[in-house]
Amino acid sequence: MFDWLKEIINLLSTPSISFTLLAVIIPFVFPPTDWFEKWHRRLGLHHLWSIRGGWGLFGLITAFLVFGFFDENFGKILSKPDNVPIMMLIYFVFFFVWLSMHSAYANDARLARGEKVEEDYGPDEKVLVWPDLVYIELTALVLMTVFLIIWSVGLPAPLEEPANPSLSPNPAKAPWYFLGLQEMLVYFDPWLAGVIFPTFIIVGLMALPYIDDNPKASGYYSFANRRVSIFIFMFGFLALWIFLIVVGTFFRGPNWNFFGPFEEWSIAKVVPLTNVNLSEYVWVKLLRIGLPSHWLVRESVGIIMLLLYFGVIPVVLARGKLRGLVERLGPTSYALIIFLALAMVFLPIKMYLRWTINLKYIIAIPEAFFNI
Amino acid sequence: MAENKKPGFVDSVAKSQIWKSIFRTGIPVTRRQRMMGVLNNVFLHLHPVKLPKHAVKLKYTWCMGGLSFFLFLVLTISGILLMFYYRPTVEYAYTDIMDLSEQVPLGIMREIHRWGAHAMVIAVWLHMFRVFMTGSYKPPREFNWAVGVILLTLTLLLSFTGYLLPWDQLAIWAITVGSNMARATPFLGHEGPGASLLAIGDVNFVTMSSDIRFALLGGRFVGEGALLRFYVLHCVGLPFIVAILMAVHFWRVRKDGGISGPV
Ligand code: HEM
Repeated sequence: MFDWLKEIINLLSTPSISFTLLAVIIPFVFPPTDWFEKWHRRLGLHHLWSIRGGWGLFGLITAFLVFGFFDENFGKILSKPDNVPIMMLIYFVFFFVWLSMHSAYANDARLARGEKVEEDYGPDEKVLVWPDLVYIELTALVLMTVFLIIWSVGLPAPLEEPANPSLSPNPAKAPWYFLGLQEMLVYFDPWLAGVIFPTFIIVGLMALPYIDDNPKASGYYSFANRRVSIFIFMFGFLALWIFLIVVGTFFRGPNWNFFGPFEEWSIAKVVPLTNVNLSEYVWVKLLRIGLPSHWLVRESVGIIMLLLYFGVIPVVLARGKLRGLVERLGPTSYALIIFLALAMVFLPIKMYLRWTINLKYIIAIPEAFFNI
Repeated sequence: MAENKKPGFVDSVAKSQIWKSIFRTGIPVTRRQRMMGVLNNVFLHLHPVKLPKHAVKLKYTWCMGGLSFFLFLVLTISGILLMFYYRPTVEYAYTDIMDLSEQVPLGIMREIHRWGAHAMVIAVWLHMFRVFMTGSYKPPREFNWAVGVILLTLTLLLSFTGYLLPWDQLAIWAITVGSNMARATPFLGHEGPGASLLAIGDVNFVTMSSDIRFALLGGRFVGEGALLRFYVLHCVGLPFIVAILMAVHFWRVRKDGGISGPV
């Protein structure tokens, strides 16, 4: 039953397709510029953040999960005890994205009418912590306890076979909150996916308050006042973090091959490895002279390309579009921001290079474990 | 209140010497008593006595920071109970976990601890998301945001170190996958770029048994050493740091002008 629908969903879930869809949709849903804003309204996407839109989203996810649950293959993955938190994560992320955008749009409308934001009760409206806050905290605490007890009674914690260092499961997966990083391993070597990128994420997040020098909309929900930063954050959070976790959890089976949600995880699935290094493209396929023996010559094209990417683009932008930013922040902060931003964009770039031309490494110096 | 009315049970308890010695302000009925009640209590005085109205709205904070903290407390308590039963050795770890579910009547501590940990990871992410969406990281709260990012990282590490302790297939292979990345740390991992530069002549300093992964695992693979190290980090080391940072975090919420709001 519904096999055609399952086929379509399997196809749409392929990372290249689903990521592209997401990357295209996000700027229309969280429009960073006037042009996107115009289309956001024309396509009616602002209704997403109305009460009805919220129920619509809820219904859609639920319908999909219920539908998935009754499928033999998807059901198996969904009902793994350790995957339950991810389903909750999906619901909560959608719910709170919706709630914050709902509040933000309501406030934006108020500001546009010249009214005060919802959070603004005036400086004299104070309440006592006892009882006004304490009872909320107590309620939250009791509800959370009840929730945890129900969850714990209903779902025993998993315990598999005793540890056996000589018997590796296939696929061997990290805990779910690190699956975004493990998914990056498809596109990058471990020193980037497992060390450098996480470091950049942490540093980038910590640097955020120093980078975002827009003083508007602090202390209340708003979209109109902060649309660029919210757009960037949503892209990073939803497309590069949550999405990769979902792919890593639900769509990666044996040998870390891609499996659509309704596809059986079969060890026999063979995906030909045809990835090619940039150096090979250039020296062997294009110039037909074979790989140079010295690594510096061999990798020169990749090195130059990366230097252009990380060195020249910032300068060009500083002279052009981002001139104002440089003047406000000074060269050092600007350099840091643009570097972090380019590093973030580098991930999808590499993903697309893999999907389109099967590119393995831009720079490959395996002698020194230096592959990019 | 009428003079000659007989005091009820609650009243007489509240007026007894024992009660008064514990809660000096009595039952918080008047405005003054309520304020003093918060001030005089070491736990409640994490809060100010008065707050702007929006700050107590669920719609504003989602109570996510509070829930993260509450889950941390739940995990501490259930974790202490688990420590009564669990021995971090290759010989006993797995069977101790088995016994928890088979021998302890109505034992759900392991579940509370495991699901609570997942819930805390989610709660912390959502708390960060709330702080972002209300723009509450902007001056003067930049530093507290950075403290929060470290708390987030530590929360993940706490979860990660705990994942190993059941010593089943799920555990050791998840940790193997995770810790294999450390092997590739630039300069510090034996398969990391630049590691071969740290050598004198033919003698490499960064090898399989001296790199950062070895330091993390206390061995060349996930074995006895790793189990002990993860146990100590999970039960003592990381919670210790987290507790200190949470104190800083809460202190700074107050010192940065209380919960953010429209000026
Ligand atoms: C273990 C983790 C954490 C705990 C227990 C915690 C707890 C709290 C609590 C109780 C508050 C008071 C307001 C509220 O409930 O929203 C708060 C505020 C705050 N937190 Fe956290 N937090 C944690 C992690 C984080 C993270 C990951 C970030 C950001 C990256 C962060 C940034 C902040 C900031 C900037 C404030 C002030 C917000 C305002 O004034 O509106 N915290 N935190």
